[in-house]
Amino acid sequence: MSVLFHSRTLLPGLFLSLVFVAAALISLVWVPYDTTVLNIANRMKLPSWEHWLGTDQFGRDILSMIMVGARTSIAVALVAVGIGMSVGVPLGLAAAARKGGWLDEVIMRANDLVFAFPSLLIAVMITAVFGASALNAIIAIGIFNIPVFARLTRGAALSLWNRDYILAARVAGKGPARISMEHILPNVANLLIVQGTIQFSLGILAEAGLSYVGLGAQPPTASWGRMLADSQTMISLAPHLALFPGLAILLTVLGLNLMGDGLRDLLDPKLRRARV
Amino acid sequence: MPNRKSMLHYFLKRLLSLSLSLVAASIVIFLALEVVPGDPAAYMLGLNAQEDTLQALREELGLTGSIFQRYLSWAGGLLVGDFGVSYTYRTPVSEMIGDRLWVSLPLALYALTLSTLIAFPAGIWAASRRGSAADASVMGVTQLGVAIPNFWFAMLMVLVFAINLRWFSAGGFPGWDAGFFAGMKALTLPAIALALPQASILTRVMRSSLLDTLGEDFIRTARAKGLTKGQALWRHAVRNALIPVLTILGLQFSFLLAGAIIIENVFFLPGLGRLVFQSISARDLIVVESVVMLLVFAVIVVNFAVDMAYAWVDPRLRRRR
Repeated sequence: MSVLFHSRTLLPGLFLSLVFVAAALISLVWVPYDTTVLNIANRMKLPSWEHWLGTDQFGRDILSMIMVGARTSIAVALVAVGIGMSVGVPLGLAAAARKGGWLDEVIMRANDLVFAFPSLLIAVMITAVFGASALNAIIAIGIFNIPVFARLTRGAALSLWNRDYILAARVAGKGPARISMEHILPNVANLLIVQGTIQFSLGILAEAGLSYVGLGAQPPTASWGRMLADSQTMISLAPHLALFPGLAILLTVLGLNLMGDGLRDLLDPKLRRARV
Repeated sequence: MPNRKSMLHYFLKRLLSLSLSLVAASIVIFLALEVVPGDPAAYMLGLNAQEDTLQALREELGLTGSIFQRYLSWAGGLLVGDFGVSYTYRTPVSEMIGDRLWVSLPLALYALTLSTLIAFPAGIWAASRRGSAADASVMGVTQLGVAIPNFWFAMLMVLVFAINLRWFSAGGFPGWDAGFFAGMKALTLPAIALALPQASILTRVMRSSLLDTLGEDFIRTARAKGLTKGQALWRHAVRNALIPVLTILGLQFSFLLAGAIIIENVFFLPGLGRLVFQSISARDLIVVESVVMLLVFAVIVVNFAVDMAYAWVDPRLRRRR
């Protein structure tokens, strides 16, 4: 337990992240006000006891909208990390196991190619073809995550392949696939967890950006980016409409980044250097 | 002086891989937008169009022939700067892109300059005072800088500097005809918004790279021969710490170009980003195709240039794969 307190960033980060995860989970069963009911008479109210964060231009409770928006953001970013890991990690392991072979070459060149498409461009293309939706945002961010995990896994796995215990496993007759699963993967897991946290926070930012420009979740699904886009024309009349969703994004991403830093310190003492 | 022969060999090898990447990217983009359901000609002419009119329009737009022929004619056109004709405006796409490029490119370069001007001094300052309150506050600010959504930061800047203080306009672009300063003024808030997260990342890279360098033996030697801490820092450490910083700077260019797509929407700037969104809603896919290709081209070429600069500085890289 004491190791938890060793890092100055882990606990604050964990706390912030958990607040938003909790908000998202609670919103599944209960929100203060129904976000699908419009109440124009009650529009653009400042924060009060009834509405802690005020109401938007349609009279909806902003706190409830942020809770539902947390669900959208977290779901999109989490699934995108899942896609990136479940495709990228096996590719990276395979590339490292066959270092210098044609498979390695193909995987790495394909990675370079995906890297040349910023996630926003992937989203633009997918939207142009299939239309805008939260699902397409997930796919776009997920595709972008694949080379990140593939590279990281390959790089880390390559250094492990030279170790004595891997040689011992080979002498014992284990094939590359089995060695990758039994010996390499457990040893790169820590690195993957840390990178997963970082990609999760990048995913939240990307989802917000995509839904802000209308390429993400569509109404009536509440999302933080969408809330900011809707608030933009009202910003001089009611700045609080733009303030709270933005703060929600900022604090969630900050929390995840601090948690990532802390986890890195905790899980990988060798990397205990300034994070970039 | 770098060895000419190894440099040329490396250059040609990388040039070949650059060309292959470009071909692969163009195939991906072409195929992605080729699977779009629906016929652009039918979309343009509406439900009651006659079959012969449709056929004529398809031929005009280059939509006839096998998929392979169409790819070749599209890619061949790109090579000579012919991006085809917009489905909705019936004007050459290259002209539309050309106009918008004069907004997006200066914006990206402006942001890149700002990001460098902020990050270099901040990173050097923090590294030279490692562990101090100054270092901690720089790191704290960068932590916020990477977590803040830049379009939200842009909206807050509009609220403060455009709506309340009235120092800048809230959006729009007067055009370069209105004068260089009027143009730059309109791009200032967008450039700051774009630069903020990149400057934060770059500051961190600069700081950690400099800290690594400061721990090297040659710095100790420099100090031992009588250089002051400041002299060792400026004469030896900063220069050596720049290499990873330049790589990140190259990578950031792609983030700036892509990020501009969102920021242009906050400020209603008539750049490539706005063009893409207008084209998506008008289903003018040839424009989307061309802009995406252009941006990917820029990313690939910039990273190539960074690699070359890197190899020029550090001969060891030419031998590594």
